[in-house]
Amino acid sequence: MRISPRTTKSVKTIIRKGISLSAVAIAGSLGLAVMASPTMAEEEKTVKVGFVTFLSGGAAGPFGVPARNAAELMIQSINAGAVPAPYNSAGFAGAKIDPIFVDENSKQKVADYQKLVQKDEVDMIVGYISSGSCKAIAPAAEEAKKLTILFDCGTPQIFEEIVTDPKYTFRTGGHATMDNVAAARYLEASGVKSDSIAGINQNYAWGQDSWRDFSASMKVIEEGTEIATEQFPKIYSGQYGSEISALLTKKPDVVHSSFWGGDMEAFILQGAARGIFDRSKVVLTTGETAMHRLGAQMPDGTIIGARGPHGDLAPDSELNDWFRKAYFDRFGTLPTYPSYKMAQAILGMKAAADKAGSADQEAVIGALKGLEWEGPSGMVSMALSNGHQAIQDTAYGTYKYDKDSGKAMLVDIKRFNATCVNPPAGVTSIEWIEGGFQGANCN
Amino acid sequence: MLTAVAIAVDGLGFAAWLFLSSVGLTLIYGVMRILNIAHGGFYALGAYSAAWSVGLYVQTGSNVAFTYLLIPAAAIVVGVVAGLLIERGVLRFMYGRDEVLMVLVTYALFLILEDATKLIWGTESYVAFQPAYYLGTIDVFDIPYTVYKFLIIGVAVLCGLSLWLVLTHTRSGKLLLVVIEDREISSALGINVTLFFTVTFVIGATLGALGGAITAPEISVSPGIGAEVIVMAFAVIVIGGMGSVGGAMIGAVIVGLARAASVHIYPPAELFSIYLVMAAVLAVKPYGLFALAEGRKI
Repeated sequence: MRISPRTTKSVKTIIRKGISLSAVAIAGSLGLAVMASPTMAEEEKTVKVGFVTFLSGGAAGPFGVPARNAAELMIQSINAGAVPAPYNSAGFAGAKIDPIFVDENSKQKVADYQKLVQKDEVDMIVGYISSGSCKAIAPAAEEAKKLTILFDCGTPQIFEEIVTDPKYTFRTGGHATMDNVAAARYLEASGVKSDSIAGINQNYAWGQDSWRDFSASMKVIEEGTEIATEQFPKIYSGQYGSEISALLTKKPDVVHSSFWGGDMEAFILQGAARGIFDRSKVVLTTGETAMHRLGAQMPDGTIIGARGPHGDLAPDSELNDWFRKAYFDRFGTLPTYPSYKMAQAILGMKAAADKAGSADQEAVIGALKGLEWEGPSGMVSMALSNGHQAIQDTAYGTYKYDKDSGKAMLVDIKRFNATCVNPPAGVTSIEWIEGGFQGANCN
Repeated sequence: MLTAVAIAVDGLGFAAWLFLSSVGLTLIYGVMRILNIAHGGFYALGAYSAAWSVGLYVQTGSNVAFTYLLIPAAAIVVGVVAGLLIERGVLRFMYGRDEVLMVLVTYALFLILEDATKLIWGTESYVAFQPAYYLGTIDVFDIPYTVYKFLIIGVAVLCGLSLWLVLTHTRSGKLLLVVIEDREISSALGINVTLFFTVTFVIGATLGALGGAITAPEISVSPGIGAEVIVMAFAVIVIGGMGSVGGAMIGAVIVGLARAASVHIYPPAELFSIYLVMAAVLAVKPYGLFALAEGRKI
């Protein structure tokens, strides 16, 4: 075929027009892309959160894993905007949560924390079950100037002795004073004979502080109460034959224990076999985590706490119903208190970010300070330690195993106002207890 | 009187557990000069396998009495399998190395065993209380003790006696004592030291697993139990003299009684009492109560 000059010109024109059209199309696309980019960036905005719980060791099964499970559920639900109102908007003020999970069972907790801050560049950190961990991490958080939410650990020392003027550290769950004052008040309200009391608690901050607050409370509430024996076995020791013999020998009316995890289960198994639960009224401040697992092996009549009104002690609410159902559907088991406390912490952060309209650290800190929000177990208020320490209502119950249905349950549940079992702002726990619970509102 | 009796019974109960948990460790050290940190892993394997198998068995509704056979059987199975795997698969390539290096190797093996245990049985704790409850309790001066606790004391005594009889009254035992005394001379005399190493390690691993298995019905079997036991076992064999089976028994009794006395008389010193005993013994006998005399080789 011969190509004429005219044909050549037409082809050139078509190519030129094509190039022009393509240029317009590309330019248009670029323009649209430029116009669209701020919206897309906004949609993809994330907040990187480090989650630290026990993923190995003795505390993983009863505490760390249920807490991580709750974190996974809450992250997915919040990112999807699937939590009931007022949490039904997606993300933290629109920013999707991008989690990193770290094992708390480490000999270098502070180094792991610093790695999260410096290398992983997280925006905030939620974690720490052990009081020992929190005592190490709270000063590190203040030094690193990184928003850190302690979601579970219980020692009151954190803001009363370790970091007395916190800026970056918050604790979204009640501390041990609440648990132990409430235990003493439960005994009083139930009319339990308490002429002599005994304690078996782990030999570190959590166990020592728990016993200090409980025994001091009992001395105030039941004048003339005598301490029969104080046992402080090493954490994770697992063998309590001698301690149980000492408790049986001293015959106290009440035995108090803040044991948790495998230590608590071992104490229940060994103590129940030898009749300590028949001879004394036993109070287990963290007993809720074991009651469904042990079933008939947990003796009837044991007084059970959940470190707040969590789990079987949680009051009915739409949020609680949703949380229990969603957790059960996903993991095949009901949430225990570590799950509740993790959900409470994450919802507190979301409430703060949504209130501030931003997931930036300074905005969240400003909004979280003194915040009140609803968790699956009721209202939480950052009322102590300059707005950095939470208080909430709490409850205790008495264990009962229904042989017919094979169900573990709590009966005679008694609820206590947050201000009845927590010191007022500006007063340390032990001063408040020994001073006769000045200002307590128990009505 | 009541307190004295309680101290004696509690002390012996704790000593029995300590002995069962540490005798394998001292046996392996005596023969192989390996401070086997992986011993804690064998203890955990024994505890998990016993708790798991007892749990499966009682679900069938069968007689609990059979679990008293199931517990040692579970320990023997995991002890022999894990012991053989580790000795043939890893340690035999390390013989002759520095003792400190062997500590690192066995520590690495302990970490692997911990993770393997978690992979097999997960992070949930296991409770297999039925064997401990089945035999009921017996009152000693108005203090109830489980009969199972006395069973553990009996098993510990039986283990100690059996080992003593095997070591002193059988040809293999006497040869083993020769290997403990001097490996080089034993080898020169034609004793198959390598075979003794393998057999000793497997027996030591099985004893470690038995310690965990027999304890399982009394505790909540959960991740990390192996790490706790290795520290106590180490204290016991240091007091008794590393490598001495008799020393481990005496060390266990001393530690058990010291701890029980502290719990009953002055509870704040409970943990301190164990290490106080250790320090006191080492101050007088730096190599432990029954450490074997070592000839200086030139």
